Amino acid sequence: MSNSALRAKAGAPGNTGAPGRSGSHETFWGAVFAAPYLIIFLLFVIYPVCYGLWMGSNPDSYRQLFSDPIYVRTLLNTVLLLVVGVNLKMILALLLAEFFLSSRRWIRALFLVFILPWAVPAIPEFISVHWMLDAQWGLINNFLWNTFGIMGPPWLARPDLAMGSVVATYIWKWLPFWTLIFLAGRMAIPRDLYEAASVDGATGVKAFFHITIPMMWKLYVTCTLLSTLWTLGDYNTVHFVSGGGPVQSTHVLATLGIRDAFELGDPSLGVAVVITALPLVIPIMVLLMRQLRRDQVST
Amino acid sequence: MTRSRKATPFLVLIGIIVFVWTVMPIYNMVAVALTSNNAVFSSNLWPHEPTLEGFVKVFTEDHFYLEHFWRQMWNSLFIGVVTAVAVLLIGTMTSFTIGRIRVRGSSFLSSAALFTYVIPMSFLAIPFYRVMHSYGLADSPWAVILVEVTFATPYAIFVFLQYSNSIPTELDEAAKIDGASLGQIFLNVYLPLMAPALVAVGTYALLLAWNEYLFAFLLLSSETTVTVPVALGFFLNSDQAPWELLMAASVVYSLPPIVIYYLFRKYMAEGLTVGGIKG
Repeated sequence: MSNSALRAKAGAPGNTGAPGRSGSHETFWGAVFAAPYLIIFLLFVIYPVCYGLWMGSNPDSYRQLFSDPIYVRTLLNTVLLLVVGVNLKMILALLLAEFFLSSRRWIRALFLVFILPWAVPAIPEFISVHWMLDAQWGLINNFLWNTFGIMGPPWLARPDLAMGSVVATYIWKWLPFWTLIFLAGRMAIPRDLYEAASVDGATGVKAFFHITIPMMWKLYVTCTLLSTLWTLGDYNTVHFVSGGGPVQSTHVLATLGIRDAFELGDPSLGVAVVITALPLVIPIMVLLMRQLRRDQVST
Repeated sequence: MTRSRKATPFLVLIGIIVFVWTVMPIYNMVAVALTSNNAVFSSNLWPHEPTLEGFVKVFTEDHFYLEHFWRQMWNSLFIGVVTAVAVLLIGTMTSFTIGRIRVRGSSFLSSAALFTYVIPMSFLAIPFYRVMHSYGLADSPWAVILVEVTFATPYAIFVFLQYSNSIPTELDEAAKIDGASLGQIFLNVYLPLMAPALVAVGTYALLLAWNEYLFAFLLLSSETTVTVPVALGFFLNSDQAPWELLMAASVVYSLPPIVIYYLFRKYMAEGLTVGGIKG
């Protein structure tokens, strides 16, 4: 492969740049190759970020926001999704990675089913969940009624159950992805470590705590931080599962911002919602950028 | 081996829980899609008289909500494919600058990519809406394509950088001695050697764009320009949504990504672990 590429190259006529004066040649090509991404970055990252900060620079928006009980509720929901949703998902993913490491054939087959929620697009899935949770005709309450003769609760009409449904759906959707990541990380741990440990009597749970966790710790922390940021920006789960209802009680910052900007028609208020997340977003971004850059350099 | 045999009932229990938990919403989607219109509002756990009626209506666009379904599928495909091509092109060019040409200031590019990578995408939705209007791109697929490219390229750059580290620079040197320009090295040496990474990233970008909802919803407005997920969202505007059609359309829309995921699973898993999040 590499040889044929090289031979093809050697056959092609070399029309520019003797290797000697490569300085200006390289600067020229560097500029040409860097230009597209640079333009994208300036037009579609830097400009919108600055524009957003400018839109959110009106102090009145924040006064309005902080006196709004829906906003306070939204903050609590966001914290719930981040603290319970993200962490529960990550812990389950770490444990399931251990489960799927098995070489049993049925577990390998199950893994193919297990990644379905990740492979299917989110919107149809969340719409399906929304219908599944319907109090009268949804699959869950139908099941409860047909099997146990119980009338299931109105899942999406009670704030606590609706928010619980959102968190559960969120975990359902993203558990496979992170399990896959942890599975790859777990398989990279040298087997000798486990063999050496088993000689010392550390197997099963003991090996998990003394080898797996310490070896996976860095990956786990990086993934949790990254997932926290992505989850902060998760609009779809809340929008399609609960729609922010009942009575605006299950919004998160991402959905409230869009609602204020487009449904209430107040873009600066919407941007203000997003900006109030920055005290949490910026430290995580800095930590992550430092972490990811170090990983890049070390490889 | 006795230890693992003892553990089996426990593993089977976990297996059953994982299976039921995973499959439920997808089972629901397929079951409702196979239900006839007048049986949707029932307490059945499965369609007692399964029918393909819903799928026929989707294929023939035989409903008010489905009038432009194939047009919308095309829109999704167009945005997905153009995004993938653009991400591959811009991503490889950028990673070539950073990893191979190594001109001064190219580390700025990787910082820029890193910065974009960690921004929650939806946080920029409101300014983006304004910005795209000021660029004259309202209700244009290109607005959505530009957004997807903006957010998918950083990941592409990481994967390409990581992958190209494994390609010896001696090849570049040899080509240079043969008198090749950097442009020729890029086309004839760098790109062919990057093929596996191109497959992984191309798939990733295609699916990101195919699945994306919020920006398509905000930036596209007419029934003939929107993508499928936006159109599925329209169904929910009415109280009496035709659920069996909504779910049948959902199944049709979900099939291409499922096929792609299972075909390219190995590539994707590798891409995921070499991109940014390697421990």
